[in-house]
Amino acid sequence: MIPARFDYHRPGDIAAALAILGEHGDEARVIAGGHSLIPMMKLRMTDLAHLVDLQDIAELRDIAVEGGTVRLGAMVTQHDLIASAELAQAAPLVREAALQIADPQVRYCGTVGGNVANGDPGNDMPGLMQCLGATFHLVGPGGERTVAARDYYEAAYMTAREDDEILTAITFAVPSGGYAYEKQKRKIGDYATAACAALVTMEGGRCTQASIAMTNLSDVPVWSEAAVQALVGTGCEADAIGAAVEAARADIDPTEDNRGPVDFKRHVAGVMIRRAIERAVSRA
Amino acid sequence: MGKQHYQITVNGEARDVLAEPRELLIHTLREQLSITGPHIGCETSHCGACTVDIDGRSVKSCTVFIAQAAGREITTVEGLGTPDAMHPLQEAFREHHGLQCGYCTPGMITRAYRLLQENPSPTEEEVRFGIAGNLCRCTGYQNIVKAILAAAAEMNAAKEAAE
Ligand SMILES: Cc1cc2nc3c(=O)[nH]c(=O)nc-3n(C[C@H](O)[C@H](O)[C@H](O)COP(=O)(O)OP(=O)(O)OC[C@H]3O[C@@H](n4cnc5c(N)ncnc54)[C@H](O)[C@@H]3O)c2cc1C
Ligand code: FES
Ligand code: FES
Repeated sequence: MIPARFDYHRPGDIAAALAILGEHGDEARVIAGGHSLIPMMKLRMTDLAHLVDLQDIAELRDIAVEGGTVRLGAMVTQHDLIASAELAQAAPLVREAALQIADPQVRYCGTVGGNVANGDPGNDMPGLMQCLGATFHLVGPGGERTVAARDYYEAAYMTAREDDEILTAITFAVPSGGYAYEKQKRKIGDYATAACAALVTMEGGRCTQASIAMTNLSDVPVWSEAAVQALVGTGCEADAIGAAVEAARADIDPTEDNRGPVDFKRHVAGVMIRRAIERAVSRA
Repeated sequence: MGKQHYQITVNGEARDVLAEPRELLIHTLREQLSITGPHIGCETSHCGACTVDIDGRSVKSCTVFIAQAAGREITTVEGLGTPDAMHPLQEAFREHHGLQCGYCTPGMITRAYRLLQENPSPTEEEVRFGIAGNLCRCTGYQNIVKAILAAAAEMNAAKEAAE
């Protein structure tokens, strides 16, 4: 399993990285933790002539919680997310999801930026970031622009990012209320058969706010507005949750693969969505 | 890009290797440096037999290019102890039959080493979660978990005695 030849670059700052991307166009690709990219390169499913390693760019490594906003640098690893006490306090949903990704070794390498930029429907962080209503910060030759996580994904491996842009950070408002990330996988180190992120805020026994997003149940992550509408204003009783599960299930479009046929995935999705909402409500 | 000189530190020793950037770290270690503790089990990032420690992180060396590892400090199972002066983890794996064929063992021990650095007194469940990236086809894991818990107790006792 030897990948094809490439030239390797390790720039020390974002400007230098952008210059290399600008020079080589779509022949160049950034590498973060490499734990999605290297397996693809070994299979020779990804062809590139220049690899731009972001590991030495210190400004991409920070986790900051300030003024009600969480900012995650793109090179923050899943291990860093799990280890951060500040983040566990501000957004325990992120830690709960990160703990369900891959295995310890992969989590020391895999970055939050690589996970959301990759565009693989199996990645867990895109759905998570849609649930949180996060914003992605992209820097290119023309400066910085932002794209909402809910608008970022176009199709499998197709995103709003241009070839000459680097995703530098993710920001989101500190979430309130109860949370849960529920994921069904065949074994440790497998991607989800179905997964669901849920946030639910209750005030005086009524749901005032909710957010429901799903992973690996379509060629893009799915944020379900209909599921939110089914919950808001109710007391989150069994029939309201049942209606939300059905609404969320109506928004997915799973395909058959080695994790099972479509009917099975729809069934597992229903179980994951229900568990996620129920647990979020119990914590709200 | 042809071959380049890369500097890495392996088990405390500075090494200079000549390699193409695409060379995987596991191949550099095994084929260029004859450090054959880390094994190749799957070569697809799943089994953990190739686990080494890079700057305080357990990493699957089949999923790292030598170019990425340049400048880093790498520890393999050879760096933890020697046959005459075994690391408490190595001793505990022998004592508790934590291995049968031994193929997964260097990766297991290297991973367990980092786990105990981060969490010196893990519960059984934390040990199982912490070694979930390492597959063993022989032992059924029971004795591996026992060995790691025993090593943790031993290392904690030694630390206390030293204080
Ligand atoms: C055995 C195994 C199991 C796994 N299981 C899971 C799982 O259950 N859930 C899950 O979500 N993931 C899983 N992963 C994937 C893992 O989390 C990846 O590491 C992660 O998806 C990608 O992060 P990375 O830093 O490794 O990115 P890389 O592999 O370095 O990059 C991935 C892609 O994103 C691009 N990219 C990376 N960073 C940036 C950036 N800052 N700006 C622009 N583009 C960028 C790269 O060019 C590349 O195309 C698994 C991986 C392995 C090997
Ligand atoms: S050989 Fe590296 S994980 Fe199996
Ligand atoms: S002892 Fe044989 S694979 Fe673990």
